[in-house]
Amino acid sequence: MAVLVSTTVNGDHAEFACEPNETLLDVLRNRLALTGVKEGCGTGDCGSCSVILDGRLVCSCLVLGIEAEGRKVETVEGMAHGAELHPLQTKFIEHAALQCGVCTPGFLMAAKALLEKNPDPSEEEIRFGLAGNLCRCTGYDKIVRAVQDAAKVMRGA
Amino acid sequence: MPLDASYHAKSFKSVGTRPLRPDGIDKVTGRAKYGADHNMPGHLVGLILRSPHAHAKIKRIDISKAEKLAGVKAVLTAADLPDLTNGDQGMFDILDNCMARTKVFYDGHAVAAVAAVDMATAKQALKLIKVDYQVLPHVTDVDEAVKPKAPLLHEKCFTEGGESKPKNPSNVAKITEFGHGDVEKGFAEADIVIERNFKTEQTHQGYIEPHACVASVSPDGTGELWVCTQGHFVYRNHCAMLLGMDVSKLRVTSSEIGGGFGGKTHVWMEPVALALSRKANRPVKIVMTREEVFRASGPTSATSIDVKIGIRKDGTITAGKAELRYASGPYLSMWGELGAMTSFACYDLKNVKTRGYEVLVNRPKSAAYRAPSAPMAAFAVESVIDELAKRIGKDPLEVRIQNAAKQGTRSSYGPVYGPIGIGPTLEAARKHPHMKAPLGKNQGRGYACGFWFNFGGQTCTDVNVGPDGTVTLTVGTVDVGGSRASLALCVAEELGIPYDQVKCTVADTGALGHNDMTDGSRGTFSSSMAGIFAARNTIEVLKERAAKMWEIPVSDVAWENGHAKAVGSKYGNLAPLSLKEIAAAAGNTGGPVAGHAEIVADGAGVSFATHICDVEVDPETGRSRVVRYTVIQDAGKAVHPTYVEGQYQGGAAQGIGWALNEEYIYGKDGRLQNPGFLDYRIPVCSDLPMIDTQILEIPNPNHPYGVRGVGETSIVPPIAAIANAVSNAFGVRMTHVPMSPPRVLKALEAAKKTKKA
Ligand code: FES
Ligand code: FES
Repeated sequence: MAVLVSTTVNGDHAEFACEPNETLLDVLRNRLALTGVKEGCGTGDCGSCSVILDGRLVCSCLVLGIEAEGRKVETVEGMAHGAELHPLQTKFIEHAALQCGVCTPGFLMAAKALLEKNPDPSEEEIRFGLAGNLCRCTGYDKIVRAVQDAAKVMRGA
Repeated sequence: MPLDASYHAKSFKSVGTRPLRPDGIDKVTGRAKYGADHNMPGHLVGLILRSPHAHAKIKRIDISKAEKLAGVKAVLTAADLPDLTNGDQGMFDILDNCMARTKVFYDGHAVAAVAAVDMATAKQALKLIKVDYQVLPHVTDVDEAVKPKAPLLHEKCFTEGGESKPKNPSNVAKITEFGHGDVEKGFAEADIVIERNFKTEQTHQGYIEPHACVASVSPDGTGELWVCTQGHFVYRNHCAMLLGMDVSKLRVTSSEIGGGFGGKTHVWMEPVALALSRKANRPVKIVMTREEVFRASGPTSATSIDVKIGIRKDGTITAGKAELRYASGPYLSMWGELGAMTSFACYDLKNVKTRGYEVLVNRPKSAAYRAPSAPMAAFAVESVIDELAKRIGKDPLEVRIQNAAKQGTRSSYGPVYGPIGIGPTLEAARKHPHMKAPLGKNQGRGYACGFWFNFGGQTCTDVNVGPDGTVTLTVGTVDVGGSRASLALCVAEELGIPYDQVKCTVADTGALGHNDMTDGSRGTFSSSMAGIFAARNTIEVLKERAAKMWEIPVSDVAWENGHAKAVGSKYGNLAPLSLKEIAAAAGNTGGPVAGHAEIVADGAGVSFATHICDVEVDPETGRSRVVRYTVIQDAGKAVHPTYVEGQYQGGAAQGIGWALNEEYIYGKDGRLQNPGFLDYRIPVCSDLPMIDTQILEIPNPNHPYGVRGVGETSIVPPIAAIANAVSNAFGVRMTHVPMSPPRVLKALEAAKKTKKA
């Protein structure tokens, strides 16, 4: 039996009906058409489905849709303000921190969650902060540099 | 006008700059559509039933219960995919791999498929399909598979290419041989000869995006396929053949691709999706799970390689020999052959002989993985070269420099080299600051070289000038990492206009002629060559139009800096016409302005790299960590240097994962034990250091701008470089990859024991 869920997604009120065993990932992708949230594994091992739930980074493939009830979900689609990109988005493009780009939404979410907690992370803190996200294309070098640079911009340094 | 592909030195305006990629914003905002992001109205969910056995006869498949389940719209077995391959064994193997016909050959082999209204129904339907198997003995290990008593995969497999036709069938499908000179004479001339066996385990490309497609076949015989692929034209051709469709009636659109590295060069479930759609008369979407990707797409070969190399005390390598056994899954492939071709390609050898074996095993059909087959061969050869250098008391880098192939060298696989980069990358390594950096406790430094051929191939490209003078570049190679930007740079360069004025799009199969796969590092090489030719053809049209506008002979019009110019003093007062001005008038001078090119891009310049790497080994746990890494590689001409660096770094990271962690683990039952990212562990951010890169540019004489492919070579040296670093740190020679903590620990303990003894 489908359950009616009322939640906030990227600042907007959202309502959906989903099966009790349906993941938040499937709800976001299939019911709310937020396909920027990617599925790389479905088992919590790749981070490409990363979203921010009430300020906390989670793998949406490990969260049930019904758990979103009354909470706030942030996805990559909500990162930019209109045409103005989030500094992380800008820096990812500038530093070529994406090649194929399929891991990028997850990395952006993870990096955003990291910088919100720690605005001036060391390289090591960035590397460990992003260790739950797999990227097979870049070798992470340019991702780390993009995050360092975005952190600088966000600190106004 | 005949097209001149040869390189002419010039100073570039656009090429070599680093503009932002045109698909960047879509990819950081979640707007870009990948394989699984597309839907068709009313599409069904397709799922595939896979064999739990490594090797079994299919006695009977009962689909009757599944067919009766409410919501199931089609159930399919091999019976729905009749053999239309007309004696083409390669295509038959693809068909058999997509849907097993009489036998299953590996854990994960497809045996049936369903299309249903939703996922839950489709899953339930799979459970209702009953397959009667007669389980057969299996073999998954490459060395076991070549033994005379090994379980046979194909009763009719008689080794091709050996000295004589064998009497008995075996799992060795083919042997290929390369080389020249007299290796036995060479070994006799050597002061030291080392012979060793090296093993590498099977690894997966590990692209983060699982295979996905949406297929729609209509009763009138036309079809559409949306799919993540490295080559939608090849997918089209293969699917059309397997399904008995006209090539022109199947339109394939390549989605954005979430990584491929060779693994998306084969059709896997796409023909099944089309067949399901045809049977159900509805669109069908199939998205593989990660587990399916590991079990049933195409990882690279596990290998066992015997290498023998002889050296004189003065550092001259006198002979090299290798026997390379590559597991190719259940079907004939060319992985052993490529291993045999690449193994000694870095060196100038008088005497060299290599034999590649294609070995059939009960594992998934091996696919290409970035410079396929070269990393394993390089691991073996580069390890022995290091060891030999040490034995004669010479610096391994100097020994490599001394024996490096150069222009005019006859390569170990046949052709004579033109200008190449192996020597220069080695010299650059010698001078690199990395070489002087101090090493810490338990750290060692290693080097290794790598080679890859690079491919060219069939390429079809359009340049269309819009009425506002902006230019659409339409290509048929997919963008795996920024090639839209690189290709637009080349066309902007040729036309003499700013980069921003050119927009590159990847066309579907209905919009362009055939393009080969985006593999062999050919994307930028081939499509830029075709793009440059198309731009040159466009310029001819632009000149004609300018001549018309001026009412002068076209022979008096030249093209310079994006403008038509009238040449000759008699036209002194004619102001140049810009591309924009000519485009604006096109409606009155002959219609749309366009240029096309259909080519076989020959002359992909070979590619070489030298890597330097520092590894720290924890002697307590055997865990190895790369602490510093440098890639030096020849790019011919780096069209967009940032993306070239990205290719160098990405390949190195994959090689590091291969060297230290990644492996397919099969149980005694022939089932894959680790089909997920938790147990098949690819490097994460905290596993790696920054990866330094140095781009060398030794122009490829066969490309107008000197471009060589850059995508693959970077994965070739890491395994050997890391093994050499571990050896330099602890004096142990690692011969089995991955160098996982237990293997390293074992080697360290064995070394301790020999020291004590
Ligand atoms: S899809 Fe959720 S972690 Fe991989
Ligand atoms: S850019 Fe392809 S997986 Fe990260």
